[in-house]
Amino acid sequence: MAETRSPDNKSPVLKLDNVAVAYKVRGGEIEAVQNVSFEIARGEAHAIVGESGCGKSTVAWAILNFLGANGYVKRGSIKFLGQELVGKSGEELRRLRGDQIGMVYQDPMQALNPSMRIGEQMKEVLTVHRGMSDDEAADRCIQMLERVYMPDAANVMKRFPHQISGGQQQRVVIGMALLNNPALLVMDEPTTALDVTVEAAVLDLIAELRRDFDTAIMYITHNLGVVARVSTRVGVMYAGEMVERGAVEDIFDSPQHPYTQGLIRCVPKLGADKASSLLYPIRGRVPPPNNRPSGCVFSPRCDYVEDRCRDERPQLREMPNRTWVRCHFAEDIDPAKWTPAEDITVPEIADGDGKKDIILQLDGLRKYYEVQGSSLKDVFGMGEPRYVKAVEGASFNVPRGSTLGIVGESGCGKSTLIKTIIGLESSTEGKAEFMGFDITTNLDDRNEKLIQELQMVFQNPDSTMNPSYTVFQQIARPMRRFSTVPREQVRSEVLKLLEAVRLGENYLERLPRQLSGGEKQRVGIARAFASRPDLVLADEPVSALDVSVQAAVLNLLLDVQREYGTTMLFIAHDLSVVRFFSDYVAVMYLGQIMEIGPAEAIYAPPYHPYTEALLSAVPIPDPNVKQKHIRLEGAVPSAISPPEGCRFNTRCPRRELLPDPDICLTTPPWRETDDGHRIFCHHTLETLSSFEPVIETQSKKESQYAS
Amino acid sequence: MAVAQPTVGAAPRKRPSRWQTMWKSISIVFESRVATIGMAMVLFWVLLAFISLFWTPYPPNATDFVQNLPPNATNWLGTDHLGRDLLSRLMQGTQVILLKTRLPFANISFPIGVAIWGVIGSVIVGAILGLNAGYRGGWWDQITMQILDALIAFPVIVLYLVVIAALGQGDLVVILAITITGAPGVARLVRSLALDIKTRDYIRAAETRGENVWYIMFVEILPNARGPLLVDSMLRVGYAIFAIGTLGFLGIGLPPPDPDWGNMVNEARKSIFANQTAVIWPSVAIASLVIGLNLFADGLREELTRYQK
Repeated sequence: MAETRSPDNKSPVLKLDNVAVAYKVRGGEIEAVQNVSFEIARGEAHAIVGESGCGKSTVAWAILNFLGANGYVKRGSIKFLGQELVGKSGEELRRLRGDQIGMVYQDPMQALNPSMRIGEQMKEVLTVHRGMSDDEAADRCIQMLERVYMPDAANVMKRFPHQISGGQQQRVVIGMALLNNPALLVMDEPTTALDVTVEAAVLDLIAELRRDFDTAIMYITHNLGVVARVSTRVGVMYAGEMVERGAVEDIFDSPQHPYTQGLIRCVPKLGADKASSLLYPIRGRVPPPNNRPSGCVFSPRCDYVEDRCRDERPQLREMPNRTWVRCHFAEDIDPAKWTPAEDITVPEIADGDGKKDIILQLDGLRKYYEVQGSSLKDVFGMGEPRYVKAVEGASFNVPRGSTLGIVGESGCGKSTLIKTIIGLESSTEGKAEFMGFDITTNLDDRNEKLIQELQMVFQNPDSTMNPSYTVFQQIARPMRRFSTVPREQVRSEVLKLLEAVRLGENYLERLPRQLSGGEKQRVGIARAFASRPDLVLADEPVSALDVSVQAAVLNLLLDVQREYGTTMLFIAHDLSVVRFFSDYVAVMYLGQIMEIGPAEAIYAPPYHPYTEALLSAVPIPDPNVKQKHIRLEGAVPSAISPPEGCRFNTRCPRRELLPDPDICLTTPPWRETDDGHRIFCHHTLETLSSFEPVIETQSKKESQYAS
Repeated sequence: MAVAQPTVGAAPRKRPSRWQTMWKSISIVFESRVATIGMAMVLFWVLLAFISLFWTPYPPNATDFVQNLPPNATNWLGTDHLGRDLLSRLMQGTQVILLKTRLPFANISFPIGVAIWGVIGSVIVGAILGLNAGYRGGWWDQITMQILDALIAFPVIVLYLVVIAALGQGDLVVILAITITGAPGVARLVRSLALDIKTRDYIRAAETRGENVWYIMFVEILPNARGPLLVDSMLRVGYAIFAIGTLGFLGIGLPPPDPDWGNMVNEARKSIFANQTAVIWPSVAIASLVIGLNLFADGLREELTRYQK
């Protein structure tokens, strides 16, 4: 069972053998993680990938003994540099952790102490564990900050965490973790809270540091794209067990376990759209830790399940291509012959039927928020009013029945734009019409009919439903409120909607806490469609969901949209999801729409330089894809005083190509192609078209999973 | 193993009966030892109050015995300065606090005691004010909270005296006094809960449905504040009992003829040299009921906020 082969005589830095972790909870015990074994050698980045609730973080906490008061390692051994960690006292572990093991967590703002200067926090690592003098420690810290490409390192030492950006904070945390030159670096979703362009730069940094410091990295993530970019080896976790482990290329090229295959199938490829490719969700959901099947944990969701799988728990065993798989029938499964199971329906896509009446029309829509200054003058209301320019001059048309996707990094104004359209905020300036009605006002001034026609799907599944009411009550409410259906038909109508979102009658009386995230999101969708709106605005409806669930919800949204002929605005930060889902795409930066046009046109040249940078930053779940390397410098400027002219001019990597770069300080013209693709840039279309495509696929096997 | 979760596509389970679900929510109390002890203490007094409705050892107001007797076989807790049986009076005294409220006219009482009505009053007033302040924000918030803060700044006893001096003695006046002193605290709590709850997406969903402000406040927000509000009200019942005791001790609490614990302490105090034990019983009664409620509320809060799966 234990892996004896080590490629180059190096003994592993970390070795887990048959580890099981249990939590004591009210009325019993839950085994969150079972039978996990893997090892990490020096200079190796071992990714642990899996959906939420699969025990990835629990494994990391077990290594660091951060399980909390109610968790403990029940079985197995964790060896770090040959020492057994299980059963070590708190003090010994504390010493070891600070000295030999570094940690980087998801949210840098929470990892850094907000009331201490960055320099103080970093120096503490060295003065406590290395006994260094203060000055010496300060020098080392500055060197380290420079090493992680922190601009103006000496100055950053004097700042507080809130004074630097999120990406910079994460660099500080990574730098801090490396200060003692640890043998092992545990990273738990270190880039999940960051924007794509920032994420890309941090991932580059991690890859580089791994080579330079020769550190073993354990990298936990749910994002297959990130795995492909940073890691050398991968372990796939499912329901507390490691189901597959191997080199990153092998896992992506020929996944052996049905779960891994399913996982790769349900991620939209960048460049895939809903007409040419389909998403295949994995049916069902991850079983809760107290209710796992007795045989193979994946058996209830597996397409190849046989009786043996239900009775006998498979062992992790080595395959001919040196990957380790926990499946009885791994040799017999050929993913190329896979066909979708019958109970998974995949939406058929109606072609654009030529009907092009415009349902939503924006012209120069602006939304400014006034901000309160802090000077004495401002307190008395005499200061100059200052504004956050959240949305600046948004103009576009949306034809009936189509979907406009809006992408951009956080703070680019996409949510504000949607809030203004739906009326949670009133607009500051400009025109906005919905089916000929003015919608620049907020909800208080809109009439009932108009309110009914615009509905919204929200991002966070945990807060989209009111925890006090049943599914039925929540879906029925809009129907009763707008009297869209006669009173006695409400129940049957709710059932019909539930059916449309693939939930059965037994869900009617359930409360939100009895539903999973994906189910809550489906109810949220049903509620949005309950008043038969003509326009549904979806604010990151799938970004909080696991990939297998995300695919199901996306399919469902497409389905419901087709059935009701609804127009949609779809916000997401994930470019592949937007590409998959939308007919038109708008790219926003700092409140400004930079590029807008048919979806396929956005993802191929001519690009706006910002779109180009975005595309080259997206992590792609395929190690064979070649991506252009463009990284943006600096941080997004403040929306209170955005750069003059083109708002992107301070960071634009293509600015120097212009004969006169100063022209960027003037407002750029809209460059328009024949198919309605518009780019807000000083570069001519010819120049923009001459850029090579960002993504080149060299893979021959692409069709294997895509069709 | 912990309580099973409903799973998708599981065999159709029998829906638990109403009694079962009720029992499940009550059984949470027994998870915490503190809450169980608290509940036992409270239930003891509730039970005693119910018994006293039908039976007390002797008529509570009858002066049948020798004055200032120490505890003995006939009068288990002794007698007071008028020769009344203390145990009977102690039992009867629970009624006005927990079980009945007497109207000033005629000789009618209606159910539920003064302490509890006082708390219900402050929760209603406090919730209305707090929801408006929290959800509407802006000037509503500023003005409401400034006034309430000013009210909180008054010493509570002074407020009681003002109310009672203005309106005279009586059960309803005590209820009003407790309502006025309790409402600002409840309003603060509800406001803070509303401030948090109003940021949730389901409130956005209600707004984009064009729901009325009152609907959002009372139907969407208030039910989700019920947990903390319940715990807080339980603590408040304790404070109210305390307040009634204080008023009784000062001689301006619940009017006769029903015995009142605070008043009993005050009267026993006067003859403390003749009978030392008489002052103890009503004091212990007040203390144990208040402590019981506090323990119950604390245990419940801990159990409600604890991670559960």
